Amino acid sequence: MSTYTAVTPDDLQAMLSEIGVGSLEEIFERQVPAGVRLGRALDLPAGMVEQDVFAHLRALADANTSVEDEVSFLGAGMYDHYVPAVIDMLMERSEFLTPYTPYQPEVSQGGLQVMFEYQTAISELTALPVSNASVYEGPSAVAAAAYLAKLANGRRRVVVSRGVHPHARQTLATLAPGYGQEIVEVGLRDGVTDPDAWAAAIDADTSAAIFAQPNFLGAVEDGAALVAAARENGDPVVIGSYDPIPLGILTPPGECGVDVAVGEGQSLGNRLDFGGPSFGFFAATHDYLRRMPGRIAGETLDVDGRRGFVLTLQTREQHIRREKATSNICTAQALNALGGVVYLAWLGRRGLVELGELLLQRTHYARQALCALDGVRALHEQPVVREFALILDADVPRVITRCQEQGVNPGYALGRDYPEHPDGLLVALTERRSRADIDRLVEVLGAAVAAERQAAVPVGS
Amino acid sequence: MTTRATAPDHSLPVSGEGATPMQRARATTIFEKGAPGRRAFACPAVDVDAVDGLLPDGLRRSEPARLPEVSEPELVRHYVTLSKRNFDLDSGFYPLGSCTMKHNPRLHERAAALPGHARLHPLQDPARAQGALELMWNLERALGEIAGMPFVSLQPSAGSHGELAGVLLTRAYHDDRGDQRTKVLTPDTAHGTNPATVTMAGYEVVKVGTNADGGVDLDDLRARTDDTVACLMLTNPNTLGIFDPNIEAIAQIVHDAGATLYYDGANLNAVMGISRPGDMGFDIVHYNLHKSFTQPHGGGGPGSGPIAVSERIEPYLMTPRVVRREGDGNGTGPRFDLSYDHPQSIGRLRGFQGNYGTFVRSYAYICSLGAEGLRDASQTAVLNANYLLARLRTLGVAEHLPLAFGDLCMHEFVLSGAPMKRDLKIKTLDLAKRLLDHGFHPPTVYFPLLVEEALLIEPTETETRETLDAFADALAAILREAAADTTIAHNAPYTTPVRRLDEAAAAKRPVIRQTL
Repeated sequence: MSTYTAVTPDDLQAMLSEIGVGSLEEIFERQVPAGVRLGRALDLPAGMVEQDVFAHLRALADANTSVEDEVSFLGAGMYDHYVPAVIDMLMERSEFLTPYTPYQPEVSQGGLQVMFEYQTAISELTALPVSNASVYEGPSAVAAAAYLAKLANGRRRVVVSRGVHPHARQTLATLAPGYGQEIVEVGLRDGVTDPDAWAAAIDADTSAAIFAQPNFLGAVEDGAALVAAARENGDPVVIGSYDPIPLGILTPPGECGVDVAVGEGQSLGNRLDFGGPSFGFFAATHDYLRRMPGRIAGETLDVDGRRGFVLTLQTREQHIRREKATSNICTAQALNALGGVVYLAWLGRRGLVELGELLLQRTHYARQALCALDGVRALHEQPVVREFALILDADVPRVITRCQEQGVNPGYALGRDYPEHPDGLLVALTERRSRADIDRLVEVLGAAVAAERQAAVPVGS
Repeated sequence: MTTRATAPDHSLPVSGEGATPMQRARATTIFEKGAPGRRAFACPAVDVDAVDGLLPDGLRRSEPARLPEVSEPELVRHYVTLSKRNFDLDSGFYPLGSCTMKHNPRLHERAAALPGHARLHPLQDPARAQGALELMWNLERALGEIAGMPFVSLQPSAGSHGELAGVLLTRAYHDDRGDQRTKVLTPDTAHGTNPATVTMAGYEVVKVGTNADGGVDLDDLRARTDDTVACLMLTNPNTLGIFDPNIEAIAQIVHDAGATLYYDGANLNAVMGISRPGDMGFDIVHYNLHKSFTQPHGGGGPGSGPIAVSERIEPYLMTPRVVRREGDGNGTGPRFDLSYDHPQSIGRLRGFQGNYGTFVRSYAYICSLGAEGLRDASQTAVLNANYLLARLRTLGVAEHLPLAFGDLCMHEFVLSGAPMKRDLKIKTLDLAKRLLDHGFHPPTVYFPLLVEEALLIEPTETETRETLDAFADALAAILREAAADTTIAHNAPYTTPVRRLDEAAAAKRPVIRQTL
């Protein structure tokens, strides 16, 4: 019912008189042709008072099962990490929540410095010298990186590992026809990108070669070997899609020779939000500085010699460069990137490593314990750091339902995205899943698999 | 009253001498704070038997990332202090044209933070995400009704992402008919995202001129429209604040050539409940939930750019789509699901289902306002813009800053700073910077490109008449001040955390991260 407007009848009269029209309708009648005026009210429910709107939205929220309502091992691209209270407080501050893009740097130093700090943090995390101020999210960041490659070398083929997130591969497939690119997929062998197929697929017409670290099945890839093979076979732009949390313990892309590192930033201090908003990070070597998509903050001085920050290298961008821009991105994810840099500063230099070690140990423990169950085995034996794939000797969606009925969400069914693994289950860990939670998963999943196998036995046999 | 040369208003600083408290402290990044060994995060204990050698040495990071080492109090103080170096909508007037800086209701933040929304995993079984899918379904229906196009996808992450979807849908539509087209038309008043998008989608950009009234030049449009044109991308009202009086003729020309008509919804705030893109003849529209529908801008995102399409474009919409399955009639209500089986779909544009958190806020807004409230919002936005324009005329500001096109306006209007530059010797940039000392965020400047020294002003419906009066007075005061002494505006601002920054140096020798 509130319209958040302030015009009283007295205001209205005074304003119409100042404008020199007799009525509000006259303003529209003089500008909007009669043929396209909507001669009726919109067919929408009547407005509601604030408390009723809140009650309605709470009822909708209550009809969802969140990670507070079950013990969840669901990951597959977004993870239930603990978000510290300081992040809620900072992201809700008016001064960060409500400004526009910092087009007036003199009154946007807070946001610009956050971008600068964020870029520094991502640069450190990835060991790459150049980071932008964020893009939309992980999968579209992969597609944006492929566009960078197209602008950089003009070649036609994009080689992508089947270990890259299915949503990223699908996004690439949607956008590639517009880029004039053709996608070539390289399969997995023993849970990782097939090295022979990877080397064979990359040629002199390959614009970009893309892998994920860890890959979608949780396996840690040998990034350096993949890069080396790409260098020997046509030398495309090598793009790595990284999960940022394990970068505390895994060799960073910059040290593997990766040209462009991108990834989903949600696990860095952002909420699940049913899939967004989060942010995508985008880092690269110096060679690609002037081909980067999106905003970049840079340091400079004001007229009095004070240190300050501005949006820089804007001649790459759509509002200056128009059809020759390096990307069409305008609005990105500044607030979510704030959450990202505050999270990394909160974890700190040692905390990110400790978190990585904790997840490594718990992931190992969980994989061992689950694989000891009857009817459960590992899909691959590769090193894993926070997520791993299992094969169940039972119908996976039905097992998941059985577990959820016991208050445990055991993970993601791989069948839709990987038809070659109809019996695959992807299990993810965060620091919120304790040993006791893992033990509970083992108990519930074991029972569910046993029950499904029992139920699947034909009557009379 | 016309603008007269009077003494500058000495209640405002007119020189850079005497730094403000915020100017005295040198900007220091979080990476320059703290000390080795400090920390905010205490890691949960390793509660399983630790095993060595889980990760081969070749895959292990040798040196930790040099992240900050700060205590929680240091962390809080650093970022809260930084926040105070921002201007924000909750504190002041933000008449940034084509950006629709309307009030962001706090109810929306509270609702979006409910665990059932904020902590819902995107891959949760749809049967256990019924509330989220129902919300998305309801929002799709509402947006479809507002635009007059029934088929909606909420997936795009921002307006420019919606544009990309729209052009790719256009490509799919033509491809499906075996129709190879190579060009997309955009008016010279278009947002920069339009031509940038067209290139990314593999089409050639062809510009269409603007006529003396600020609308599309119909002769130019006719001359450029043929069977090689895939689409015309249009904003209506356009970035001049002009509702194109020839919109029906434009749609006819474009459709006769077999092309699609794309509506850039950046300016939808002018016409909600008043006129609908679908009824104007558009095939595809994107909405900016962060403009018309109150998603906070966040200092440059997140946004959200859902699209709606006409029947002929519908088969190509992105997947997954939200579907509603009717109940069985025996007391079971409708069920909602995600549907992937759309063989003609262009596919996905991003991960998961879109920026759901923005859907919660925009849906809350539509629930609050209802049909009547949405219409009232647009009417008031247009009223406020016209009132501000009239005040500027009354105060004599228009003499130096005339309206570039038209007489009345829709929700925003463009002033030309050319006479001001010629007569008072200050540029639009100077005026904008001096406005900062008056406590106002400046309008969009130097856009649209076809107006010299342009100022694009959009007050929105949520501002009071008193605020509009104060802003008009500030513009008048700056012009008066400039008539007496141009240097004051040339050197403005004086009161902000930093003063004018050397952007050229920043671009020439880019320093884009803290040196450690």
